[in-house]
Amino acid sequence: MKLMSKIAGAGTAAGLSLFAALPAWAQEAVAEAAAAPAEAVPAVADGPIKAPTVEQMAGMVDKGDTTWMLISSALVLMMSIPALALFYGGLVRTKNMLSLLMQVFMIVSVAALVWVSWGYSLAFTSGGPFVGGLDKMFLQGVDATTFAATFSNNVYIPEYAFVVFQMTFACITPALIVGAFAERIKFTPLIIFTVLWLTFAYFPIAHMVWYWAGPDFLADAPTDAGLLWGWGALDFAGGTVVHINAGIAGLVGCLIVGPRLGFGKEATPPHSLTMTMIGASLLWVGWFGFNAGSNLESNGIAALAFLNTFVATAAAAVSWCLVEQFRHGKPSLLGAVTGAVAGLVAITPASGFAAPMTAILLGLIVSPICFFFVSYLKNKLKYDDTLDVFGVHGVGGIVGALGTAIVADPALGGQGFFDYTVFPAAVGEYNMAGQFMTQLWAVGTTVLWTGVVSAVLFYALKVTTGLRPAEEAEREGLDLSEHGERAYNY
Amino acid sequence: MKLIMAIIKPFKLDEVREALTTLGIAGMTVSEVKGFGRQKGQTEIYRGAEYATNMVPKVKIELVCDDALAPRVVEALQAAAGTGSIGDGKIFVLDVGQAVRIRTGETGEAAL
Repeated sequence: MKLMSKIAGAGTAAGLSLFAALPAWAQEAVAEAAAAPAEAVPAVADGPIKAPTVEQMAGMVDKGDTTWMLISSALVLMMSIPALALFYGGLVRTKNMLSLLMQVFMIVSVAALVWVSWGYSLAFTSGGPFVGGLDKMFLQGVDATTFAATFSNNVYIPEYAFVVFQMTFACITPALIVGAFAERIKFTPLIIFTVLWLTFAYFPIAHMVWYWAGPDFLADAPTDAGLLWGWGALDFAGGTVVHINAGIAGLVGCLIVGPRLGFGKEATPPHSLTMTMIGASLLWVGWFGFNAGSNLESNGIAALAFLNTFVATAAAAVSWCLVEQFRHGKPSLLGAVTGAVAGLVAITPASGFAAPMTAILLGLIVSPICFFFVSYLKNKLKYDDTLDVFGVHGVGGIVGALGTAIVADPALGGQGFFDYTVFPAAVGEYNMAGQFMTQLWAVGTTVLWTGVVSAVLFYALKVTTGLRPAEEAEREGLDLSEHGERAYNY
Repeated sequence: MKLIMAIIKPFKLDEVREALTTLGIAGMTVSEVKGFGRQKGQTEIYRGAEYATNMVPKVKIELVCDDALAPRVVEALQAAAGTGSIGDGKIFVLDVGQAVRIRTGETGEAAL
């Protein structure tokens, strides 16, 4: 996904109705191109329409696409609340259930406000290779007559739909992190962390990975793109931006926050795997909006991403259970749903690039790797990544990002790399080894960036507000000590 | 009067209740409890973290009856709750000093 602001309606002219508004380019660089006459509109455009007339614009925005984006946005919101909240909440002890629900709920709420205030602008306006500008702070310049680019020439979606779709991603990513230090974090510093982390880690990385000038303008502005996009890194739905980003922040967070009291000595079994199963299942459903929605258009590639999301997840659930069957002699529900989430994470960057059969392979492979990190390495290294944010999202995200280079190869049935310098955009030459190196660089950049930002933020909060509740409060449980409520009264 | 306290396997509760009501026992108190004895617990594994649970869930029955009925209650309990394997539970018989029915103030065996 990616966007580009592009067509800003000049509908500000007094007295003009929406329909009468003449679209004009938001970007000045493009403004000159807009001067080109848009005469003689052929049924099928023979080139990118850079300054569409109202009539042309009507044919470039599809109600089906718009509908799909709005539905996808709602599905992705469901992934954080209630899905992620229940998935995480079920895995902690009863005394901390409510704290997880509350943390996820409020991170979503705060992130939504931050997104429309300065997040969208930092992520999706032209600025530089690392971060965008503040041109669209508080959504200035965005209205019902402005549009965002898709992946197809001359196809746009309402910019508001793009803003809200991307907003749901900004909402869920910081919420993913809380699993790493569940059961032992103070609420207020966590919310402060969320605002700062979004600003200094999420928005820049979203910009680096997803910002580009759009298919109709790439040729005119080949350097107007985020750093990783410019390198040619492939990330269909956010493997780096969402999962590696959150996974690394979680790992850094759990190391700086420190292990729970009694970690490794007291038993801390999940209090409700029923909740966890409900949450994981809703995550799966919501992920169709996340992955298939990231196509920004309701077409064959969206259907492909949908199918890939289904089968890779199923394969990963199966392979996690197989590993458990061999290792412990019993397949577990927690293993099945953990595998499913690992599969969802892994297919995310590859969802629109892989073929269904290679998506299955990716799903089959990711579970044993995550299992090794979650069940073996974590115990060996004794870090308390409570709900395995790093082990599942970080590791699964890296497997997916690197695997994308392989499954995207047209020789394996993948969609390849689109060359937007020609019209219409077509699949360009694909070099699997080269793409793999590009993916590796993208992963490394993300890990380094978010690792450093997260470490600085966590340390700063640790020495100022403090990150952990008092020992007694932690033993009592965060539900009562932080929120004065219990999850269950019976 | 005797207080008969029995710790039994949870799935035997219905059979025990039936056996005791046919003896004329008019009431009992049942609680879900955990404990350990000779029966070993089981191991739970969550994402590779193993927890040995050495407390086994059981059901505790408490009832008070008159002295004459007590031996038959114990006998019926043993027959109904037994499976012949480790973990069937235990029965304790204690003397009871007094019983009062709160509603009427009746005391002794009349209160049972």
